[in-house]
Amino acid sequence: MRSKLKVIWIDAVTCYGCSHSFLNYKEISSLFDKIDFKYHPVLPSENFEIKESDLLIIEGALKNNYSRLGFSLNELISKLFFKAKKVLALGTCTVYGGMFGNGIMFNKEEKGKYYKCREKIINLPGCPPHPDWIAYVLNMLSENKKIALDEFNRPQDIFSYTSHAGCTRNEYFEWKIDSQTFGTKEGCLFYYQGCQGPFTHSSCNKLLWNEVSSKPRVGTPCFGCTEPSFPKHNLFNTETFMGIPSNIPLGVNKRSYLTLSGIAKSLNNERLNKKLIDYNCRDKNEN
Amino acid sequence: MSKEEKKELIMKTALNLFAKRGFYNTTIADIAKEMGMSVGNMYNYFPSKESLAKELLTYSSKRFGNEIKKINEMDIHSREKIKKIVKLYFETAINEPELIDYFMRVYLSNKEIFANGCEGMLCVSAFVTEIMLFFEEGVKRKELKNQDFFAAFGLFMGYIGGLAFLNKEGILTKSLSEYIEPVSENIYNALKA
Ligand code: SF4
Repeated sequence: MRSKLKVIWIDAVTCYGCSHSFLNYKEISSLFDKIDFKYHPVLPSENFEIKESDLLIIEGALKNNYSRLGFSLNELISKLFFKAKKVLALGTCTVYGGMFGNGIMFNKEEKGKYYKCREKIINLPGCPPHPDWIAYVLNMLSENKKIALDEFNRPQDIFSYTSHAGCTRNEYFEWKIDSQTFGTKEGCLFYYQGCQGPFTHSSCNKLLWNEVSSKPRVGTPCFGCTEPSFPKHNLFNTETFMGIPSNIPLGVNKRSYLTLSGIAKSLNNERLNKKLIDYNCRDKNEN
Repeated sequence: MSKEEKKELIMKTALNLFAKRGFYNTTIADIAKEMGMSVGNMYNYFPSKESLAKELLTYSSKRFGNEIKKINEMDIHSREKIKKIVKLYFETAINEPELIDYFMRVYLSNKEIFANGCEGMLCVSAFVTEIMLFFEEGVKRKELKNQDFFAAFGLFMGYIGGLAFLNKEGILTKSLSEYIEPVSENIYNALKA
């Protein structure tokens, strides 16, 4: 039997949301067969001491003049970082600084303190990251499998998607039919309500939260919480310049996007322009 | 002459006739006659008069769009871009009046011809998209005021279209090109940040 993955989990400047998310992992007990928490701030673990680990998980941002476990936070992280085989920056604060301070490898989009040591870092942004994402990294590492990473050291299996993929409002996005008021069941949230799904890397709408839903599915825009720019202001509003959204879906240029949306809008999808229950397919000669 | 070139020539001929006589008073036979072609052969190029009218619209919108794209790609102030767009429009009105006439007398006045296949932005999107990009860039550079797209679009296009119309009617007291400067300034003053 393979030996368990020795994990040290440190709470830096955090709201503990990432720990909470981890505790929501549905198969958490199966993970305990594979990993051994040498230290965790919440879960039962050994007394803390600086020692080697297979994986150092950092939850939270770096900050000066902040003490943790009898050390300054910066000193603590530095000592553990170099004794760890791999480091998982868990959550947007740890990856990019997020709400609280500086990230491990990045400060927003700039290079951060440990950028030079990036070959041992795995970044898992999200506020919080989905429990399945955390489990994915732990499972892969405990089985000694290689995790393919993108240019921001995020696992490609998770972050090649956008949170727009799988949203139940996709049809409305295609035909450029947007909900104008908060709380509607139908209509896309992109144009009026600030949804950042089409340019946010994440698999939220593919995996779903609590296996049930996601923000856009229930009518809250995607806040882009996995991105370096998080948190932005005015999360319920789409920034537009003369009516043109300032951010557009990944992979296309603005000219193509505007052309396509103009055409989609002009074609005026009658079914989606009214409430779904009001549409009668006999109204229209379909096909 | 390639098939494409021939098509373009037919479109130019049709454009002239449509602009001069109107859509309904022009027949495929008239266009064929003007081209020195048989009516039957005309149908090898365009299946109907309507499809010709629609393609003409897409074609002119692309031509305008391409010219505005060049202006959009210049690293100059929005005030200068406005002047270049107005100049482009007025010069077209002077040199190819049939193009503007077609737009006003055929497209805007006979929407029923375009209802199926050219609704909304479908056939004019090349042009409208470039205008959108022009406005967006101006706002981003803080040169133009951030406002509703159509409020700005109407002001710009309605104004220069109106002037071209007055020119065509022979009402203007000066030549259209003398209006480039003051009209551009007025548009800029109305749209500036
Ligand atoms: S609500 Fe957001 S995620 Fe859903 S389809 Fe619209 S833009 Fe995409």
